[in-house]
Amino acid sequence: MDGLLDLALANLTSPAILCFALGLAAALARSDLSVPEAAAKALSLYLLFAIGFKGGTGVAAHGLDARLVGALLAGVALSAAIPLVAFAYLRAISRLDQTDAAAVAAHYGSISIVTFVAGTTTVQAAGMLAEPYMVAVAAAMEAPAILTALWLAHRGRGPGPGDEGGTSLMREVILNGSIVLLVGAFAIGWITGADGLARIDSFIVAPFQGVLCLFLLDMGLVAGRGLRGSRGAVTAPLVLFGLTMPLVGAGLGLGAGLLVGLSPGGVALMMVLAASASYIAVPAAMRVALPDANPAIYLTLSLGVTFPFNLTLGLPLYLAVAATVTGP
Amino acid sequence: MQTHHAKRVEIIIEAPMEGRLTRALVKAGVTGFTVLPVLGGSGRSGEWSREGQVGRAGGMVAVVCLIRPDRLDGLLEAAFAVVDRHIGVVSVTDCEILRAERF
Repeated sequence: MDGLLDLALANLTSPAILCFALGLAAALARSDLSVPEAAAKALSLYLLFAIGFKGGTGVAAHGLDARLVGALLAGVALSAAIPLVAFAYLRAISRLDQTDAAAVAAHYGSISIVTFVAGTTTVQAAGMLAEPYMVAVAAAMEAPAILTALWLAHRGRGPGPGDEGGTSLMREVILNGSIVLLVGAFAIGWITGADGLARIDSFIVAPFQGVLCLFLLDMGLVAGRGLRGSRGAVTAPLVLFGLTMPLVGAGLGLGAGLLVGLSPGGVALMMVLAASASYIAVPAAMRVALPDANPAIYLTLSLGVTFPFNLTLGLPLYLAVAATVTGP
Repeated sequence: MQTHHAKRVEIIIEAPMEGRLTRALVKAGVTGFTVLPVLGGSGRSGEWSREGQVGRAGGMVAVVCLIRPDRLDGLLEAAFAVVDRHIGVVSVTDCEILRAERF
């Protein structure tokens, strides 16, 4: 218990989390502090490139093992299955209609790459080892949830007149810039290995924490603005869902990680991935595929409720559980 | 200076729909349009701002077309098929243009 509290305290007082809290507080207080769109995109490009590249060099250094395939399959299965659980949970505790519930469920099946980045940082800070290919698992978990959610939305009534699905949408999701950069940087890191990392480590290693701080400051601002502007769209049962669904996802991630035989850090990251909710790729896909779904609900839940929960309390909890379950 | 009557159609639409809208316009024979960034705003769906947004879901863009009046109906039909159920605004205003042969 002391270990968990220490981990939680260390996480809550880390510069990155405090920057997120600063952004959140500034937005809620209606400060004019803001990060320009282009700067926010540049920060996210940097983080995706750095995390992908470092994952690739890790695979080059340690080699592949059979668990990579298992981890990828487990990730895809989790992404496809979690929306089913989230949908049933939402329909049981809230009055969301089929379309809104399916759209929210898609977000919880997919992943938040920033939560994953923060999780990786926390795992490293805790001295845990994790499989470097978990970056590839993160990329594989982006899209399957969308297919499940579209099936849930159209189940029993077929697509609406403006609903879109099929290959063009999936192509957009799979070729989403974040995924292309993450997988591409992973491949470059794998190909160039330690030599490649040595050439650019002053760019992608040392500044990483500072860039993450600025990015989380922006995420705090966006989350705060979303909470402020949600105009009552998110009710108490939905907030309860946003706080408890990550725990359900983390539990499923724990089972999958143990089944595949991942290391303690790998299990923790699988929990983080399964617990996180998308707020970049899936919202855009839902606006195209399910235009009748209310974005104020799924964006506020994903970014305003679940993301802060995972960042502050979820990460240390998942790490502690993973360490306990996989420990000697 | 000789000027000519034209219609200015401005469609403010969710950023993820931009490609679908511009493809529909091209398919309907609209040879020129301009896509402009939109900083933020407020409407039936609440306030929004492009500041700090990493993804495109929360953003809007403005697609502006200047066309001859006789081509207005075709453009609106093509645009409406895309924007019908999405957040956004479509407006048409009269304007004067130079070099009518370009429109």
